Order: sequence, then structure tokens, then C-alpha cells
Amino acid sequence: MAPVLAGDRRALARLISLIEDNGPTARATLSALYPYTGHAHVIGVTGAPGTGKSTLVNELAKACRTRGQTVGIVAVDPTSPFTGGALLGDRVRMQDLAGDPGIFIRSMATRGSLGGLSLATADVVKVLDAAGFAVVIVETVGVGQAEVDIARTAHTTIVVEAPGLGDDVQALKAGLLEIADLLVVNKADRPGAAQTARALEVTLDLGRNSRLDGQWRPPVLQTVALDGRGVNEVLDAAIAHRAYLQESGLWHRRERERAYSDLMRMLERELVERLVERVGAATLERWTEQIAARESDVYTAAQTILAQTEESDHD
Amino acid sequence: MSERLRILIAKPGLDGHDRGAKVVARALRDAGMEVIYTGLRQTPEMIVEAALQEDVDAIGLSILSGAHMTLVPRVIEKLRQAGLDNVKVFVGGIIPDEDVPALQELGVAAIFGPGASTQVIAETVLRLTGG
Repeated sequence: MAPVLAGDRRALARLISLIEDNGPTARATLSALYPYTGHAHVIGVTGAPGTGKSTLVNELAKACRTRGQTVGIVAVDPTSPFTGGALLGDRVRMQDLAGDPGIFIRSMATRGSLGGLSLATADVVKVLDAAGFAVVIVETVGVGQAEVDIARTAHTTIVVEAPGLGDDVQALKAGLLEIADLLVVNKADRPGAAQTARALEVTLDLGRNSRLDGQWRPPVLQTVALDGRGVNEVLDAAIAHRAYLQESGLWHRRERERAYSDLMRMLERELVERLVERVGAATLERWTEQIAARESDVYTAAQTILAQTEESDHD
Repeated sequence: MSERLRILIAKPGLDGHDRGAKVVARALRDAGMEVIYTGLRQTPEMIVEAALQEDVDAIGLSILSGAHMTLVPRVIEKLRQAGLDNVKVFVGGIIPDEDVPALQELGVAAIFGPGASTQVIAETVLRLTGG
């Protein structure tokens, strides 16, 4: 743990692998590192495939560096559900950042998780935070409409759109737009950018962002990430959003919400592991067969298993 | 060592043909590995830094330019300097037979010519990395 705090990049890389593999050492180290977290501004970048997320992340990181801030980047790409393999290609668009000791990039595969991140992503963000990176940028997989895990992990969520991806009915659908703290229309040099931006503004007029019951209206910004146009304005808006969260007390509330959902997830995982161990594979197997054969059902099975373990507690 | 094999595929040097590298990346993915693809025109420094950050088990270098006798030794030297001696290196591309012994001497674990099947490449990489 000490080498990670001291900025040893190899130790950091190894620790991230341990976390991805979910080993017991990783859990111990994470709990030791936790007091050192809470300083980084965590910025999420999400959007449909091909909108230019990686290029935008590359430019945002450069803008942060110009302002003297170090940047950790986590770029998530999907794992193949058939082979378990993954092609992680986000570094291709981040070559400008190579060789800068103030930058650390890690590619991650989703490993079966469906929310646009991998299960380990939130923990890896904590490690980069503890390692002292001032800004941590998380790029999700190219998402559709329902992969909104990023909103739980990031302080500031940037939703990237590009012209010509959908009409204004798409913009009305729930999901991605509801988690946006900033909306970016990238590839703004292409025809239709102004219309896309307008459609997003209209959608924002129709209803408040349900996650923010405060006064923040997500700004709609236009960028050409390929040559960096508009990127400084996006970073300014992200910083303004952070200030808004802190002044309004939402920062603290989100930290609490995150702590609560992390705690629940951890309890769930631990409880299930313990329960499975206690009940035993044979019993679970028997119930599974009965459910598959329609002799029982999941509701009865779960209630019965729990009732039996509680009974044996009282013996 | 990670439970899931992680392989970096890199294209050092100045030639702009990455079709072979992409085919290999895809084949390794289909064999269940996590493949980090870094794109064209990588310097040895960039490759080693990426290997370190990504904590990979092996690096595949695709070289068609004929510069392998300059590029490969530099990558291997930088790996040693970074303390990444345990990372296996394999090379694909157009490598004349007479250069093979020298590359093996340097520590290159496998060399694949233009005719190598993706299946053989995937199996070899699995064996090299103990997967």
C-alpha cells in the first residue's frame, strides 16, 4: 500500500489487477487505502459508441495537464459474452498522453457486468484517488440507454452525443440524459450539430433532471474533440459543477448515497457468500433441480432456505 | 499475475499497416484474453509504459518495416529497466530466418511469420503465459 501512496506506478498497476481479480489481499489493501481517498474530482464520460468519448477524454486530460493537474484515466470496454476475451482499444485515441508522468491510463474489460462499467471500476477509481491523481476520468463502454452505473461512481457525469444519432424522441427517453450533469455534442463541425444541441435544450426545458433537485441545469456544450475545440469550456463546466455540488451540499449527500450503496453491495456479497457456504452446494443443487422441474419455485425456495438457517441459529 | 491473461499488442516503428496486428488482437480476444491494442507508430518507451500501466502478461510486437533488429532490443532493454523482465515478448511480421537466432538470444519467446495461423498464435501465447 505504501508504494502506491508514494506514486510507484508498477505497484499501482499490480494492485489494480488484484482488485480486478477480487482477491482477499485486494480487499485488505483497499480498506487501508480508503482514508486517503475523497480528494479527486471523478468525472465520468459516457455516450453511444462512436460519439468520440475516447478522443474527448484525451483532450480533457490534456486540458487538465495544462492547468497543472495530474490525471488518472480508467477506460472500460466490453468483454465478449461468448469467449470472456476483450479488445481494449481506447489507448489508440490517447497516444498524446504517452510519456507524461502526470497521467496514468488503465484499460478495463467489463467482465460480465452490464451497467457500462466493470464491478471493479469503482474500487479502481478509489485507488487512483488515493494515489493522488487530482482528476480521475472514467470512460464507460459505448452505451445505449440503460447503462447508468457511471452516475453512482462519478461526481460529474458528461454525456456525449454526436449529430445525426437520433431524432428528438430519442432525447426524450429516460436513462442517459437523466444522469447528465453536462451534455456535450461532439463532432460539432458536422451538419446537424446545432439541431442536436437544440433538441437537447428542449428536452431539458421539459423536465428537471430528476437526480438533481437543486438548481443545476446541465449545460449543452459543443466540441470538436479531434482538434480540441470547445474542450476547455467542457472542463470549465465540470469544475463549475463540482463547485456547485460543494456549495449546495449535494457533494456531501452524494458521498453519503455512494457510501450507502457501497455498503449494501458489500453486505449483499458477503451475506450471499456466507449463506452459500453454510447451506452447501448439495442443498442448492436440490432446490435448483426442483425449481427447474416446476416442483418448487424461487420464492418458496429462498424463503425456506432462509427459514432453515435461522432455525439452526436458535438451536 | 492476473487471473485473466492480459496481452498488449503494439505496432512500433513507422510503417502504417496494422491489419496483421488487428487480426492477431482479434484472435487472442477470441481465445479469451484481454487484449490492449495501442495503435500505430509506438516508440519502445510508449510500449513499455503502456505494458507497465496495463500490467500485462505478454507483449506482441508487429513489425513489417524491417527495423526489428533495432526496435526489439530497445523494447526488451526498456522492459528490463522498468523491472518487467517477467513480461513475455513475441514478434510477428516479416522477420528473415537469419535474424531469428539473434532475437531468440535477446529473449523473444516466439516469432510468427506471415503464414502463421491465428490458432497457432493463440495457442502459443497461451502456453508462453502459462494460461
